[in-house]
Amino acid sequence: MFKIFKYSFFDLMRSRWSYVYFLFYLILGFVLLFLNNDVSKAVITLMNVIIILVPLISTIFGIMYYYNSKEFTELLLAQPIRRSSIFMGQFLGVSGSLLLSLVLGLGIPFVSYGLFKSTAIFDFSLLLVVGSFLTIIFTALSFNIAISNENKIKGFGYAVLLWLFMAVIYDGLFLMSLIVFEEYPLDTFSIAATMFNPIDLSRTLILLKLDISALLGYTGAVFKGFFGTNLGLMTSLLLLILWALIPIWRLIIKSQKKDF
Amino acid sequence: MVVTLKHIIFLVCILHWSLGQSETIEVCESCEINSVKDAISRAQATDTILIKKGTYKEFNILVDKPLTLIGEDYPIIDGEDQGEIIRVVSDNVTIDGLFIINVGTSYTSDHAAIRVVRSENYLIQNVVLEKLFFGIYIEKSNNGKIYHNKIIGDAKDEYNSGNGIQLWYSKNVTVDRNIVQGVRDGIYLEFSDEIVINNNISSNNLRYGLHFMFSNDDVYTNNTFENNGAGVAVMFSKRIKMVNNIFRENWGTTAYGMLLKEINDAEIIGNTFEENTIAINIEGSNRITYQKNSFIKNGWAVKVLGACYSNKFEGNNFLYNSFDVSYNSKLNDNVFDGNYWSNYTGYDLDKNGIGDVPYRPVKLFSYVVNRTPETIVLLRSLFMDIIDFSEKVSPVFTPDNLIDANPLMKKVL
Amino acid sequence: MIKIERLHKKFGKNQVLRGIDLEIEKPGIIAVLGPNGSGKTTLIKSILGMVIPDKGSISIQESLIKKKWRYRERIQYLPQIANFPGNLRVRELIKMIKDLRQQESDDKSLISLFELEPFLDKKLTTLSGGTKQKVNIVLTFMFNAPLVILDEPTSGLDPLSLISLKKLISNERKKGKTILITSHIMQFVEEVADNVIYLLEGAIHFNGTIDELKNRTNQTSVEHAVAAITKGTNV
Repeated sequence: MFKIFKYSFFDLMRSRWSYVYFLFYLILGFVLLFLNNDVSKAVITLMNVIIILVPLISTIFGIMYYYNSKEFTELLLAQPIRRSSIFMGQFLGVSGSLLLSLVLGLGIPFVSYGLFKSTAIFDFSLLLVVGSFLTIIFTALSFNIAISNENKIKGFGYAVLLWLFMAVIYDGLFLMSLIVFEEYPLDTFSIAATMFNPIDLSRTLILLKLDISALLGYTGAVFKGFFGTNLGLMTSLLLLILWALIPIWRLIIKSQKKDF
Repeated sequence: MVVTLKHIIFLVCILHWSLGQSETIEVCESCEINSVKDAISRAQATDTILIKKGTYKEFNILVDKPLTLIGEDYPIIDGEDQGEIIRVVSDNVTIDGLFIINVGTSYTSDHAAIRVVRSENYLIQNVVLEKLFFGIYIEKSNNGKIYHNKIIGDAKDEYNSGNGIQLWYSKNVTVDRNIVQGVRDGIYLEFSDEIVINNNISSNNLRYGLHFMFSNDDVYTNNTFENNGAGVAVMFSKRIKMVNNIFRENWGTTAYGMLLKEINDAEIIGNTFEENTIAINIEGSNRITYQKNSFIKNGWAVKVLGACYSNKFEGNNFLYNSFDVSYNSKLNDNVFDGNYWSNYTGYDLDKNGIGDVPYRPVKLFSYVVNRTPETIVLLRSLFMDIIDFSEKVSPVFTPDNLIDANPLMKKVL
Repeated sequence: MIKIERLHKKFGKNQVLRGIDLEIEKPGIIAVLGPNGSGKTTLIKSILGMVIPDKGSISIQESLIKKKWRYRERIQYLPQIANFPGNLRVRELIKMIKDLRQQESDDKSLISLFELEPFLDKKLTTLSGGTKQKVNIVLTFMFNAPLVILDEPTSGLDPLSLISLKKLISNERKKGKTILITSHIMQFVEEVADNVIYLLEGAIHFNGTIDELKNRTNQTSVEHAVAAITKGTNV
């Protein structure tokens, strides 16, 4: 697995898109800091970008890599290598290179603007942790889509649809159900609905650190009791881990059964 | 502190000696006079009672003649939870440099560490209060000064705790440089007019940092209100001036930086509201001027409930609030003009420092959250941003005349 | 060497293999023939574990291959269409495969045999079909495994390389290996193969030596023999 990871990773590190992605974050980080020179402000803006963009880029990158490396995969399948190693290696290669672009691209500007002296270091670390989770989750999901769809265009369509659903449509349905059922106590439902979407979950996690005053001030005790505590933080992180593990697990199962 | 205190004592002594009228009576644990009560009973009007360092277990001390009570090195007066400790019923009384502890808690009467009743020209300064019920209670007493006291309570519940400094039917009192924390209301004013409240720090109080009820023509400046249930509550009062105060970290389920209810003709100028759940909550308040205030990182900067007419917001900074302005109705009779909004995304082609496109401070999302509070979980989601954008383009739910036609491009300093 | 029992495979509604029984014991060259879509490639991919059969079993050297992967160390496989990861260079590809297999290999003599030296630092996307096939052959023959599977080895090769390939195959045979070949070029099959397996619609219709095939169909060339057997079964 490690060898496949190594080849995928270095193959991707040489690709133009990795640089584009890296430079995008690098420029974004510097511009944000240059414009308001305030680390904690930049973290908020970055959150908006990360929550939306990381899943999109990870999904598209993942699905493109899978289809583009089909030949490579077939070459590997005839070699004495475990199937799960091939797919896990490729998956780790893609998510690894995306993670590297993200962490370095954002890390360099922030560190050079004195992150370690700023109080925002915790917020920033959380942002990176959440960004990393989203990268892993959405790369895994896109691999799942790709392995289940031989047709490239169909697979690509599903992937974009998945992103659209998680990033926008889900929240629309969520909002509608909250308004329709506003007569009922909705705290528990809201928490559950947040948990079932990794993007919402990540957003809530970061919001807890950034806009906590607004969030806790308005809603009921259940919310405060859950999200405001370490238990909430732990549960959310645990769920993010589950969100990463389940698609990876399915990827392995699916790869064992697939014909090439 | 000690040096200045000694200086004051020295000066007071010199003054009295030079006038040749007053005497100084010393109280200490091993002296002939070893209680404050005893000293008061022996003293003549205008005498000074000098209380030496020590612990005096006394309560219900009645000051019924114009005396100056001065503590040296903070003598402790321990009420042993028996009830009220000092009651002033005479004009021209000064209380200075005492450390008063253990005021009795009662559900029937408001026991205070120092209570002034129907007296004038009093001065209460450099007093430290701990383990109290009520701190300094001014009752129908005008023309006094409460200066540089420190009140540290340990209140847990609203129903069995008292206020730090309370003014009731009192006029023309100065409350300056006090520190109040851990009580129910830091400073409470009821039916008290022409009060000046400056340079106080009121923090960690259960209910309000400063609370006005039915009090008019008061001024408070340069105070700091931090982490209270609500920073300042102004209710049923007129012509209050609020200048250069700081409201910070008042957050929680019903936490406000400032709560305005049924107040008219107030001026709110140059204040800073930072990290409050709701910076200003306005209910039924009219003709209020807001100028040069900064609203920074609050959940809501201005939340308008009920009928509020002819309020003016001019030259304020709205920086990184989750919601700048929230309305619960479609009606608007208030003016927003020439403010700086960090969420403003317009441009300034003619370079006159004023954005060419009006700013619309009410988001649809704030309307939705007002209706269904749980929807707050969708804060900063892409979906809400899209909805907000469409509402911005064509307002349906929010007041369509609520705009800042001259949004500033740069922060107001 | 290879033992296949009642092998079935369906792709969607399309039944590709219908109960294949096959046993190859002796070393030698076996040509797997059959028209397009007869299941040749599926059979080969099943042996390699790339296609998972619905029913039946395959064993190689007396052990079942199901859910195993290490047995592929004992197979040299030449895939049909030489599709390689495009942005790799030839040298890197060879190095990578060597690294992945961790087996003894001899790539140098093969590279010089096919005169690939000038292409070593070229990216694979820039190579012509024939050159790709040569690289493909190098990757296959640089290892030394008891079972060799060649899927359309001749495609795109120039005559000179074809001669080299034939030489390579006969060398492998001399080493006592079992070699499975699929090809459409009957002349090539006639030249190299010892045995012929004829597949049609997912079933084996003939399994025997070339001479047996010719005798049975009363034809003098393999080409005609195959044509005859195809027609014969269609009737």
